[in-house]
Amino acid sequence: SFVAGVIHPWRVSAFERLLWRACRGYLVANFVEMPEPMEDPATGESVTWVIFLISYWGEQIGQKIRKISDCFHCHVYPYPESEASRVDTMNGLHSQIQDLSVVLEETEQYLAQVLDKVVLVLPTWRVQVQKMKAIYLVLNQCSFDVTEKCLIAEVWCPVQDLTQVQDALRQGSYQSGSSVECFVQRVPNSESPPTLIRTNKFTAGFQNIVDAYGVASYQEVNPAPYTIITFPFIFAIMFGDVGHGLLMFLFALWMVLNEKSPSLRQATNEVRRTWGGQVGSVGHGVRTGMEVWDPPTSLVNPPRSPPALTPPCSAHSSAYLATHPSLTLNPNITGVFQGPYPFGIDPIWSLATNHLNFLNSFKMKMSVVLGVVHMGFGVMLGVFNHVHFQQWHRLVLELLPEMIFLLALFGYLVFLIFYKWIKFSVAESMVAPSILIHFIDMFLFTSNPGNLPLYQGQVPVQMALVVLALASVPVLLLGTPLYLWCRQRALRTGHPLVATGEQEPLLEGQDAGNSVNATKEDVESGGHSPDAQHLDMAQIFMHQAIHTIEYCLGCVSNTASYLRLWALSLAHAQLSEVLWTMVMRQGFVALSYAGGLVLVPVFAAFAVLTVAILLVMEGLSAFLHALRLHW
Amino acid sequence: AMTAHSFALPLVLFSVFWGLVGIAAPLFVPKGPNRGVIITMLVTTAVCCYLFWLIAILAQANPLFGPQLKNETVWYVRFLWE
Repeated sequence: SFVAGVIHPWRVSAFERLLWRACRGYLVANFVEMPEPMEDPATGESVTWVIFLISYWGEQIGQKIRKISDCFHCHVYPYPESEASRVDTMNGLHSQIQDLSVVLEETEQYLAQVLDKVVLVLPTWRVQVQKMKAIYLVLNQCSFDVTEKCLIAEVWCPVQDLTQVQDALRQGSYQSGSSVECFVQRVPNSESPPTLIRTNKFTAGFQNIVDAYGVASYQEVNPAPYTIITFPFIFAIMFGDVGHGLLMFLFALWMVLNEKSPSLRQATNEVRRTWGGQVGSVGHGVRTGMEVWDPPTSLVNPPRSPPALTPPCSAHSSAYLATHPSLTLNPNITGVFQGPYPFGIDPIWSLATNHLNFLNSFKMKMSVVLGVVHMGFGVMLGVFNHVHFQQWHRLVLELLPEMIFLLALFGYLVFLIFYKWIKFSVAESMVAPSILIHFIDMFLFTSNPGNLPLYQGQVPVQMALVVLALASVPVLLLGTPLYLWCRQRALRTGHPLVATGEQEPLLEGQDAGNSVNATKEDVESGGHSPDAQHLDMAQIFMHQAIHTIEYCLGCVSNTASYLRLWALSLAHAQLSEVLWTMVMRQGFVALSYAGGLVLVPVFAAFAVLTVAILLVMEGLSAFLHALRLHW
Repeated sequence: AMTAHSFALPLVLFSVFWGLVGIAAPLFVPKGPNRGVIITMLVTTAVCCYLFWLIAILAQANPLFGPQLKNETVWYVRFLWE
């Protein structure tokens, strides 16, 4: 008798041993490996099974063998006794295999056909499904009317587009062939409409950035158009040098030109459009005087006009130079200072060891000047709002104190900066006054005898400015609320028909100086009155107090915050310098041909670090800080 | 020999240039949906760039101190510009 089956190849030796021990040689076992691996139906693994054939004598041995093969998880198959039936079984199995493979082939072909057909219509289906989904999304926002026969949608629509909407509805009704037409009707509404700002591909990026901080109310001025220029400008100040700016510009150009390519479509639209906006940053990078900061670019573009501060023609002899390792060019000596460098920063500074002394002062003053101008511009934007909404009182009671506060303190600082630049030169450099000390003394009402005044009468002028600024704070705090309160009172006495019952507690509460909570409760009960003139006075006072505190603190903190323009441009310049001297220049040290070979990996390292640190990291950093300043 | 840099000439040149960009150019922007945006951009650009240039030149107009150079640098600068 025979037992035939397949067994996992790892279990073969154990199986053999156990068979031998159990049956004591009363069997003949034959193991053959399969020619090719087959899939295990249970686990799905592809294994090269081992086929075994055991011939034995005796019933009990047969049972033992079957039990053992069960233990080893073998697949046992019937093995006929006679030769003829064996041949029959084989033929039967072969034909079965053939049939099955034919069936499988046909099924695969059919599947391929069906899928081919689907591929042709899949895009259309996808679009159809998306359209249906969009339509249902909109329909779900409508409500059923009383008769449950039609849908009503309440819509905010720009007045300009009303005719378009009506046309579209008419067309839709006509195309769907319905008997009843859709129509649109204007409904009076006292709510404030939502803000709609139309943007195109270019302006959308900047609008999104501004909207992230806050969306302007209905018909308020939109600050975003100005950011189209100021954002790349401030970015360029922090990031700016021509070499890196050019690389960023090329990258942005590539993104803008390839915006249609599908791989780029995956990227968020915001990033794409805003980077397209960075195209402007190079324009500014070029115009910044930082032109010669980046040592590599200063090598590529040698200064076209001679430096303004030069060693005098009546030069020291070479011997003198040899004994003095460093010399300071003194602008006091004739022939040294040739007049201010006309475009940007004098390139001689990039060769000087004390360049940071000059640059730090220059950049800090530049940051403060630009900051105050930017902030002043922002405050002035409020004029558009006040004029549009015809709130003339706000021009006098809010804008004026705000501008006085800003200009009297920080506008004066800007004035001091410009005054010192114009009036003080090297002749007085030993006793030149320190603007910083003067500014501190201005607030503390002290004076420092060692610090000369910038101009005659400086101390009383400064005192007057500080007093003026301090005086503007209560005006800002109480001006508008008191005006509105007086106006409301005047209106009420002029209209006695208005229910006074609800409003008397309001007056009393305010006169008696009750707590805000008490007046609020009274006001809330009165707030439900349909009187449109009723103003929530507690809210207004609170709002104005918050605005005043925010504005005054903001003036101080944001002015200081603009110093990040200095900080980041310094960091970028220093990083570029370090990368250049420590990495790239080392490649030029060896003057032999071998040095040329060494230059290749050195440049590779330089390029990788430039892209990773100076372009990506500094770029993102400058972007972030520019965002903060715009906030 | 070194040429002297005047202060008045660049001042006039750049003021005129940015004045053209910020005041004259907006008059020539063609009518279209983007006219307002383009004019805003021109004026803002002119103001920003002019102010930036002005700060740079004013800061260097009356320097209180000069650059400190290594002797090799002094020798090379004279060599290059004379």
